[in-house]
Amino acid sequence: MKKFISSLLVGVLLLSISLSFAQSLTEIKKRGKLLVGTEPTFPPFEFVGEKNQVEGFDIDIANELAKRLGVKLEIVNLPFDSLIPALQQGKIDMVIAGMTITEDRAKVVYFSKAYFEANQAIVVRKDEKFEPKKLEELVGKKVAVQLGTTGDLVVSEINGVNVVRFQKFTDAFLELQNGRVDAVVLDEAPAKSYVKKFPKFSISAVIGTGETYGIAVKKGNKELLNFVNQTLDILKSSGTYNKLIQKWFE
Amino acid sequence: MDAITELLKSFPFLLLGAWETLKLTAFSVGIGVILGTFIGMGRLSKVKFINYLCTAYVEFLRGTPLLVQISIVYFGLPQLGIQLAPYPAAITALGLNSGAYIAEIVRAGIQSIPRGQYEASRSLGLTHWQTMRYIILPQAFRNILPALGNEFITLTKDSSLASVIGVSELMRRGQFVISRTFQTFSIYFGIAFIYFLMTFVISRIVRYIERRMATA
Repeated sequence: MKKFISSLLVGVLLLSISLSFAQSLTEIKKRGKLLVGTEPTFPPFEFVGEKNQVEGFDIDIANELAKRLGVKLEIVNLPFDSLIPALQQGKIDMVIAGMTITEDRAKVVYFSKAYFEANQAIVVRKDEKFEPKKLEELVGKKVAVQLGTTGDLVVSEINGVNVVRFQKFTDAFLELQNGRVDAVVLDEAPAKSYVKKFPKFSISAVIGTGETYGIAVKKGNKELLNFVNQTLDILKSSGTYNKLIQKWFE
Repeated sequence: MDAITELLKSFPFLLLGAWETLKLTAFSVGIGVILGTFIGMGRLSKVKFINYLCTAYVEFLRGTPLLVQISIVYFGLPQLGIQLAPYPAAITALGLNSGAYIAEIVRAGIQSIPRGQYEASRSLGLTHWQTMRYIILPQAFRNILPALGNEFITLTKDSSLASVIGVSELMRRGQFVISRTFQTFSIYFGIAFIYFLMTFVISRIVRYIERRMATA
C-alpha cells in the first residue's frame, strides 16, 4: 500500500518534470516554442475558424512575435478568467486575448504598450423600445455581460444595474434573445460581428471608454516585456499592423 | 436553417472533441479503478492508520466539488512546484475523484462476498493478498460491474468540466463553434446528443459484458 502511494507520487512528479515551463527569452528559445494564452471565443481577435485552427487578429500578432524569436507558436486555450492565473503560475509566456489594460490587472501582470483601442457597445433587441444611449440609462434594467470583461467592469460600477454575468458572451446574447435581460454590454468588435449576423439585435450606443488592449506578461519579466514592446513598434512602423487591421476589421 | 447547416458543418470538429472526451474518461476511469481498488481494500483494513487514511481520502474527494478539484490541480499545484499541462491535470483530477467513488463501490463489492469464503481460503493456506487476488476480487468485480459502468457514464459527463482548464474536449469545442457561428441552441443541442450517444453506447456495452459474465 505504502509502496503504491509512493510510486504514484513519483509518477506524478515525473510527469511534471517532463513538462518544462519557463518564461525568460533564452528559455523560450531553448524550448523552441512560445506559449501564448488566449480564449478563442472572441472573434475577430481570436476564434476557431472553419479550418478548425485558432485564428484572428491577436493570433497574427502572436505569430509575428514567435517568428521574430525564431520559435514556433503554441496557443494555449483557456477560459478568459483563467488567463492571468495561468500566467502567474507560469503555464504560459504571455496573454494576447483582447485584454483591456486596467489598473487592477496591471497590479498583477506587466502590460505591453496598447496595441488596440476598443470601445464598449450596448446591444439591445430591435423589437423593444429600449434604446439606451448612455450607460446610466441601464439603471433599473437587467444587463448581461461576460464575466471579467470590461463590459462587466463598467456596468458593475454603476449603482442600480442588475448585472448577470456569463462565461461566454454568446450566452449573454442568448439571454437577451430569450428576453431575460434588457441589454448586453461588450466590446465593440464582437458586438458588430454579432449584430451583422443577427439583424434582430442592434447596437444602441457605442461608449468611448478610452480603453485599450495590451499584451500581458508575467510580472517582473522585463526582458520579455521589452521584446514585445519593440516588436509592436516594428509592426506598426513596417505597415504590418495596418495590414492586419484591414484583414480583420474592414 | 442556418442553425442546422452550421451544426452539420462543425460536426466532424465536434466528433474529434467527443474522441477527446472518451480518451479523457477512459484514462481517468483507469486511474480511478486502480486507485479505488486499493483504497476500497484500505477502507476494510484492520490497520487503523490505513483505514483512517483511506476513509479521509474518500470523504474529502467526495465532499468537495470536482470543479474545485480540477482548479486546484491545475492552478493550485504549481504553488508546490508541480506544473501539469491541461490534459494531464484533467486526468489527474478526474482520476483522483473517481478513485474515491470507485473505492466505495469496491468496498461494497468486497463486503458482498460472504466472509466464509475468506476464512475458507485462508484455512487452505492462501495468504491475505492471494485470497484477495484470486478469490474475493474476481467475484467482487462481477458484482460491482453495473456500478462501475455507472461511474464510467458519470465521468463521461463530468469530464466536460475539464473545459474550464482549456482541454479541447467536446464541451470546449462546442463553445468554440458557438463563438464563431453564434448558433447557441443548435450547437449545445448537438453536443448533448453526442454525449447521450456516448453514454448510451457505454451502458449497452456494460450490459452486454454483465450478461456474458452472469453466464460464465
